[in-house]
Amino acid sequence: MNANEPRPMTLPRYSATFDLHTIAEIHRAAATGIYDIRGFGAKRKLPHFDDLLFLGASISRYPLEGYRERCGTDVTLGRRHAKKPITLKIPITIAGMSFGSLSANAKEALGRGAAVAGTTTTTGDGGMTDEERSHSKTLVYQLVPSRYGMDPDQLRKADAIEVVVGQGAKPGGGGMLLGHKISERVAGMRTLPAGIDQRSPCRHPDWTGPDDLEIKIRELREITDWEKPIYVKVGAARPYYDTALAVKSGADVVVLDGMQGGTGATQEVFIEHVGIPTLAAIRPAVQALIELDMHRKVQLIVSGGIRTGADVAKALALGADAVSIGTAALIALGDNDPRYEDEYRKLGTTTGAYDDWHEGRDPAGITTQDPELTKRLDPILGGRRLANYLAVLTLEAQTIARACGKSHVHNLEPEDLVALTVEAAAMARVPLAGTSWIPG
Amino acid sequence: MTKVSSIPRTSRNSVLDLVEMSLRSVNQLLHDTRDGDFLIRNPRGAHAIVCGLDGNLKVTIEGHVGYYCAGMNKRAHVTVIGNAGTGVAENMMSGIVHVRGDASQSAGATGCGGLLVIDGNASARCGIALRGLDIVVKGSVGHMSAFMAQAGRLVVLGDAGDGLGDSLYEAQLFVRGAVKSLGTDCIEKELRDEHRAALRTLLDAAGVRNIDVAKFRRYGSARKLYHFHVDNAGQY
Repeated sequence: MNANEPRPMTLPRYSATFDLHTIAEIHRAAATGIYDIRGFGAKRKLPHFDDLLFLGASISRYPLEGYRERCGTDVTLGRRHAKKPITLKIPITIAGMSFGSLSANAKEALGRGAAVAGTTTTTGDGGMTDEERSHSKTLVYQLVPSRYGMDPDQLRKADAIEVVVGQGAKPGGGGMLLGHKISERVAGMRTLPAGIDQRSPCRHPDWTGPDDLEIKIRELREITDWEKPIYVKVGAARPYYDTALAVKSGADVVVLDGMQGGTGATQEVFIEHVGIPTLAAIRPAVQALIELDMHRKVQLIVSGGIRTGADVAKALALGADAVSIGTAALIALGDNDPRYEDEYRKLGTTTGAYDDWHEGRDPAGITTQDPELTKRLDPILGGRRLANYLAVLTLEAQTIARACGKSHVHNLEPEDLVALTVEAAAMARVPLAGTSWIPG
Repeated sequence: MTKVSSIPRTSRNSVLDLVEMSLRSVNQLLHDTRDGDFLIRNPRGAHAIVCGLDGNLKVTIEGHVGYYCAGMNKRAHVTVIGNAGTGVAENMMSGIVHVRGDASQSAGATGCGGLLVIDGNASARCGIALRGLDIVVKGSVGHMSAFMAQAGRLVVLGDAGDGLGDSLYEAQLFVRGAVKSLGTDCIEKELRDEHRAALRTLLDAAGVRNIDVAKFRRYGSARKLYHFHVDNAGQY
């Protein structure tokens, strides 16, 4: 080798184990002594609906005309026990998100959009706001462990009740709303001092276990004269047993939230390392319902990472009666909008990665109580955007269902699906594409 | 156990007998009624009895009740001549609930207003997550009572178990007997004249006479955990 020639250099090599994000987190932890808290759901790559494909019609399957033949999307929830079940035009609901975590304008926008689309919104920690009730044609009222804002009059005004046992972002964890977002109004609704860091309990104060839950549900039914459908929401962890126990406890509807489900604020370690993916949770839950002869009698709502009509169709094909969206609904309102890139940069992040929903400085005015920031979200325009998005999800799901020859989205079935990966095939219990092999 | 006595009958009592009527029909009748006196017989430990009332009702239950008796009560005056199961008067908003016997766990949980009087003892987590309700327990309370209590008052004439007032917010606790241990962020505070006067008024409302309020000790939040700080992580 000529001494004047440049010597070949070893390229800098990043560690797959200690990647840049991991190294930055170690530096941050060492400097601050505190774990990272953030909003959003799991961000790691997980087996998901993207790993499934629909087969569509063929010689042996007859499709429906895309623009000429009807494909139903309605779903009725709460037929098991409620005197007044609720019927939705579309099988897509808006997940529970609190006033406090979200601005009043955001809650109003969700209500407006859902009402136009013919579906429900859901309260959260902190109770029901007048804006939410007045703009949500059909409103689900959550009974959360903290019971912040729980009021029997609001319970009676609701169209359904959701007993929250857990959520996918943090099965086994309680709510969190940091002081920046505890405005006077939020504090008043929760009977808390303004400005404190509110850490909600993870357990209900007056029941433990499925036998107690059954009695609790009976109390809620008695208070509301058996009119309202009662949902039980669980974070996806042990979906077979949790679904069976929710049914045993008397639920009309089971809401199953996978680990991609969003949160307003939780420890990063919790979001990324507790619970199971949505894809892995659906079939065990459906199996429990089938074994109890309750499939389609107790409705199953699946949430956690629903983004497209394809996701909706896949969840329904795996046996869900409906899906629920939270993060996607906020994005439809304008969360992570590129027009706020300069402001995201000032917050140390960028469009598409903004997840510090707990800090109350959301440039889009959605996850904040700051009076100036909240003005940025026009609830009428936001509602229209959400209604548009829900319409697209529905049209996409119908497109797929018709291609599979289904006159109703509920007629989609696992037989319509194949998996792209062995993992997804095992979790969804459908064959690996091009084979008849279902692992496990 | 506190002695359970019978109540005097009057011609104004409407008698609802749970041997003859279903729980559903009794609750529905009371939901559809805005005032009047009712006597409920043979509760036999029924759960969710007289829950969700909203009216100037006076309801007396002759016997023991199960879970969530008088849950979410508004305005009604409910008397249980017996013992009460878990969650009596949970999330009550107003009115009076009076248990002549003992109460099980989570009595008055998340209660927002009104007065809950327990003549006997109350088990664990009495007044958990209290949000404005006043609770007077003539006997003792179990462990973790007033856990995360936000507003309202818990008055205990007897003793309190472990972890009283753990993670307390702005509720006020008064205990006449011994406290086995205080929970995280709960401390004893000075019992001043205004507290003694308020306590006297509350005890009068609960029908407790001839008690020297000066013998109570007052407990409240140290407010050290209102803002999460890593230096406090070891306190849990």
